[in-house]
Amino acid sequence: MATRHIISVLLENEAGALSRVSGLFSARGYNIESLTVAPTEDATMSRMTIVTRGTEEVVEQIVKQLNKLIEVVKVLDLNEGSHIERELMLVKVKAEGKLREEMKRMSDIFRGRIIDVADSTYTIELTGNGVKLDAFLEALDPSAILETVRTGACGIGRGERVLKV
Amino acid sequence: MEITGAEITVRCLQEEGVEFAFGYPGGAVLYIYDEIFKQNKVKHVLVRHEQAAVHAADGYARATGRVGVALVTSGPGATNAVTGIATAYMDSIPMVILSGQVPTPAIGLDAFQEVDTVGITRPCVKHNFLVKDVKDLAVTIKKAFHIAATGRPGPVLVDIPKDITTHLTAFEYPKSVTLRSYNPVTVGHPMQIKKAVKLLLSAKRPFVYTGGGVILSEASGQLNKLIKLLGVPCTSTLMGLGAYPETDRQFLGMLGMHGTYEANMAMQHCDVLLAVGARFDDRVIGNTEHFNSEKRQIIHIDIDPSSISKRVKVDVPIVGSVAQVLDELIKQLQATKDRGDQAALKTWWTQIELWRSKDCMKYDRSSKIIKPQYVVEKLYEVTKGDAYVTSDVGQHQMWAAQYYKFDKPRRWINSGGLGTMGFGLPAAMGVKLAFPKANVACITGEASIQMCIQELSTCKQYHLPLKIINLNNRYMGMVRQWQQFFHGNRYSESYMDALPDFVKLAEAYGHVGMRIEKPSDVEGALKEAFKLKDQLVFMDFLTDQTENVFPMVPGGKGLSEMILAEDL
Repeated sequence: MATRHIISVLLENEAGALSRVSGLFSARGYNIESLTVAPTEDATMSRMTIVTRGTEEVVEQIVKQLNKLIEVVKVLDLNEGSHIERELMLVKVKAEGKLREEMKRMSDIFRGRIIDVADSTYTIELTGNGVKLDAFLEALDPSAILETVRTGACGIGRGERVLKV
Repeated sequence: MEITGAEITVRCLQEEGVEFAFGYPGGAVLYIYDEIFKQNKVKHVLVRHEQAAVHAADGYARATGRVGVALVTSGPGATNAVTGIATAYMDSIPMVILSGQVPTPAIGLDAFQEVDTVGITRPCVKHNFLVKDVKDLAVTIKKAFHIAATGRPGPVLVDIPKDITTHLTAFEYPKSVTLRSYNPVTVGHPMQIKKAVKLLLSAKRPFVYTGGGVILSEASGQLNKLIKLLGVPCTSTLMGLGAYPETDRQFLGMLGMHGTYEANMAMQHCDVLLAVGARFDDRVIGNTEHFNSEKRQIIHIDIDPSSISKRVKVDVPIVGSVAQVLDELIKQLQATKDRGDQAALKTWWTQIELWRSKDCMKYDRSSKIIKPQYVVEKLYEVTKGDAYVTSDVGQHQMWAAQYYKFDKPRRWINSGGLGTMGFGLPAAMGVKLAFPKANVACITGEASIQMCIQELSTCKQYHLPLKIINLNNRYMGMVRQWQQFFHGNRYSESYMDALPDFVKLAEAYGHVGMRIEKPSDVEGALKEAFKLKDQLVFMDFLTDQTENVFPMVPGGKGLSEMILAEDL
């Protein structure tokens, strides 16, 4: 049965490393739901979070194939233990007339923040797991949504579990 | 003292002890070629097409176990090399390919002879590099050799922009490199090996299945010791032939799509399978579901964790170098008094001999037309089983694998994973350069040979007296065979029309050509050809047009569902 996995990868912060990972996924037909990457506190290294879907066998292969890439330093399937997952979303919504108050209230309910205000729009910043972000969008009137942008999930293990070199 | 990037490149090759660099010059590598001209430690071999440069380096690597080196220019030089690189990648052959690139400031501007070489080759190399600073050049080349030769070997490409070859820096070749992100496991886990020993000794129907990894790991000696110690039957993939002597009774022949009846039946019906440096390829186990329908316990030794439990679930995985793990396995076996279930083993051997008595490799030896199998058998006799044999891809490749009995590793050189037609001739050049005194034969067909035929010119230039065995059936034989079996005898585009006169062609290139039309002339022609020590001899054997390769596991079928010659 295919399940959702969130995989963390530490890799050398070098040109082309990202294309090796994305190329691996497309060449071997693995699914990518989201992929985020940024340098870590050690600037020579990047940390990537990949959300994928697959059977246990496929995910085992994904982890092995990632480990095989020369620039990959460490791979961790966060699903092996408890973990925290967060995603950031920016939503530009219509905020005219009575919608202006409505949008403010919705943002507060979901613990969002209005980070940009214009005559007829708000831009709301919202953080949480993917389900929460989906729920926020579903709670809004679709015609009020002007634009959305999401970062994709990033994740970290709970407690003392640490992914570091 | 500061020297140029071009000189550094050549000095690195010297430091690595590279004997031959196979290549073809061009704009982006002119400075490197200028440095090659000024020295004589690294001998450059000028091919006639970049694909052949990589295949030749590959043949050299397969025969010697050393890293093969190819040098090509940017753009078309690099794209022509891709087939060769992918060939080496699929068979895990250690190689370093140096490619020229347009100058750094021109990258991305669609410059003349510019392609994204690193991007194009990324899926078919173990790793690749683009050098952006001359200060990184030497260490990058060192890393390339290190990565190519260690762990599961493979080709590594270094893309060098032209301006880097003119920039100056001090040269120091690092003695070793360490990469925090690359530390292949070479030592098998002792507890896993212990489990394997226990399982092997509990077996009623044990079987050992070996692959190219045994040869890459130089573990032929250990394999022989283990098989003798256990008294069990064994088989090999196409890539592993020669690691265990094929003339020994415990060897059941090659397995797989064109494997022997006994090897495939034993593979299907064993209860404990020891897989060594092999990867359960689709051409080896046939239909996976059918293979899994029989219960068996599997021990799998491989240096690449991703090869384990990829296609078939494994019970005892052992990640490590084949040589080291086998050493440890033998040590533990020798330390125990347990000799396993000898009575069961005897029954198992009785069953195997029954399968073997089917004589699945028989063919019509009294035929008035030359049978391709007969040519390979005669080649085996004339060369006393001691030649290096390269092949192209197709029916002739299978007959070569089936009828030439390899008793030593690194003697059988062919493109197994990618199945690259055109591989045989250039690969044979690499082998002959490595072993000038050895007999080197290239078994090919009239279709494959034409894919790199231009290399006959290279053979003339470097005096490479190869023996080319052209099994000429005027068909792309393997394509024709599949069309006969699975496409209602519709021979769509598989007939080789307008063939050249290969005898005249060989002569035009300055070699000796022979045409052999009768079975009674086969042995004499081969003997004569091998007597011509200093001449390349192109032997054009006109063989039976409709001969098929048997046994055959049809695509999608199970291993024990072979078609035998007698079934038709």
